[in-house]
Amino acid sequence: MSDPDLPVGVERRSFDGETRLATRGPPVYGEPTDGEWRAWGPERSKLGGMLELGFDAGLSGGETVLYLGAAAGTTVSHVADFAGPTYAVEFAPRPTRDLLDVAESRDRLFPLLKDARKPETYAHVVERDLDAIVQDVATRGQAAVATRNARFLADDGRLLLAVKARSEDVTADPDDVFADVLAELRGTYEVLETERLDRFHEDHLGVVATPK
Amino acid sequence: MTNEPDAANAGWFSDLDPEDLDAAEAEILRGSAEEPEDWPRIAVESGYADSEEEYYDRLHEATIHATRQEVRERERADDQQLIHAVRAMDDCERVANELAERAAEWAGSRFDDAELGIAGAREIAAREPDGDLERRVVSLSARAVDLADERDELSATVDRVAPAVAPNLADMAGPELAARLIALAGGLEPLAKKPSGTVQVLGAEDALFAHLSGRAPSPKHGIIYTHEFVRGTRPEDRGSAARALAGKLALAARADHYSGEYREVLHEDLRERMATIRARAASEEVNANE
Ligand SMILES: C[S@@+](CC[C@H](N)C(=O)[O-])C[C@H]1O[C@@H](n2cnc3c(N)ncnc32)[C@H](O)[C@@H]1O
Repeated sequence: MSDPDLPVGVERRSFDGETRLATRGPPVYGEPTDGEWRAWGPERSKLGGMLELGFDAGLSGGETVLYLGAAAGTTVSHVADFAGPTYAVEFAPRPTRDLLDVAESRDRLFPLLKDARKPETYAHVVERDLDAIVQDVATRGQAAVATRNARFLADDGRLLLAVKARSEDVTADPDDVFADVLAELRGTYEVLETERLDRFHEDHLGVVATPK
Repeated sequence: MTNEPDAANAGWFSDLDPEDLDAAEAEILRGSAEEPEDWPRIAVESGYADSEEEYYDRLHEATIHATRQEVRERERADDQQLIHAVRAMDDCERVANELAERAAEWAGSRFDDAELGIAGAREIAAREPDGDLERRVVSLSARAVDLADERDELSATVDRVAPAVAPNLADMAGPELAARLIALAGGLEPLAKKPSGTVQVLGAEDALFAHLSGRAPSPKHGIIYTHEFVRGTRPEDRGSAARALAGKLALAARADHYSGEYREVLHEDLRERMATIRARAASEEVNANE
């Protein structure tokens, strides 16, 4: 049942007759489960949406990951299920309280209450040469956040980014916003793949990039 | 620390006793480094852990502990503390200015080049007094300056605490205006329960009273006038700008009080409303020029 395009530890499995992505780990947010497996819904998670849409995320399982914008841990819980050491950065205290519960049950998930715009406040904790950065911060300045955090990535590491158009400019055409964000990203990254996530997340662009 | 790249770029675990969780907490929360390093390897080489696995176990324990403490600490910073801080800030500012004015007036009678305001007081405070009366003038100026500095410290505290108490309101209004709105309402909960029309005129109670007793037109805005969205809008649109802003501020206060989570969509909606109001002004200007 494992799929060559998916990281080891992520599989397509059937839940109530519907095939869905799934990872193995303790349940977190009331998602459907089947034994040790728990469904990873593409509508609830931008990274889930990107994998469902067939992005070449360059993940094979066991990676060392920095996750920016972890919120209550919905997506990062799945990442920690299939990846290796996973650093989760979130700056709002309330959702971080829930993230702590998720981290309690995953011994290689490290929660950090930090501002992703200030990597120097966590560079003494997060290691360098990471395999992947997953970013879903949904606030203005998404390209700047990705740029500032590039220092953590290995030369062949991957940035897996979800850009929310409305966070940058509500009045602009999303295509224009995406063009601006990509132009800014290209200062630091080589963009490998982009595709709209609209099937699951309206006015979001999925981006896979690697440091230049 | 033999294998550290350099002291300015040390890992959180440098010099730590692995058993000392509180020290680890302080390091994780308040340490920093310009660049990341291969911390697991450095930790093993420097003897902090016997293996990378052990390092990750300690990192897990330390990050959970530190983050839990920090979440508690930030959530304890409550609205009443914020109110004290912003009121104390205003008191310091008012008294500092009064004292500086008194000191400048007095100094003007003793020194011929005394200047006004806090800057003037700072300059007088640095003088070498000659005789008892001058000593009093210089000392008084020094008190004014100290109070002005305390005001700045309090302002920094407000900037730090307001986003923890009310993340949406602080982002939308700025920390200081958020704190003032909470103070005027008497707390975050009472603010969250006010209709947006009341939020719009908070701080304009005198004008509102004059209106209700038939002596004046109804005020269009209270303290939210200081917000760029109102102040930066042309006068004929300020009423609608104030209404739109107050509506979103009321929603932001409710989100902060009832859920405490940051709600991006509120901020987008406001930016959209303001863009519309300003676009109207711009297009009317174009029409007028044609
Ligand atoms: C869309 S939500 C993330 C949802 C999450 N990735 C998931 O799928 O489970 C965006 C999150 O980013 C956080 N965020 C926004 N700006 C941030 C910043 N500068 N640093 C850290 N977190 C930030 C917000 O508090 C919010 O929780």
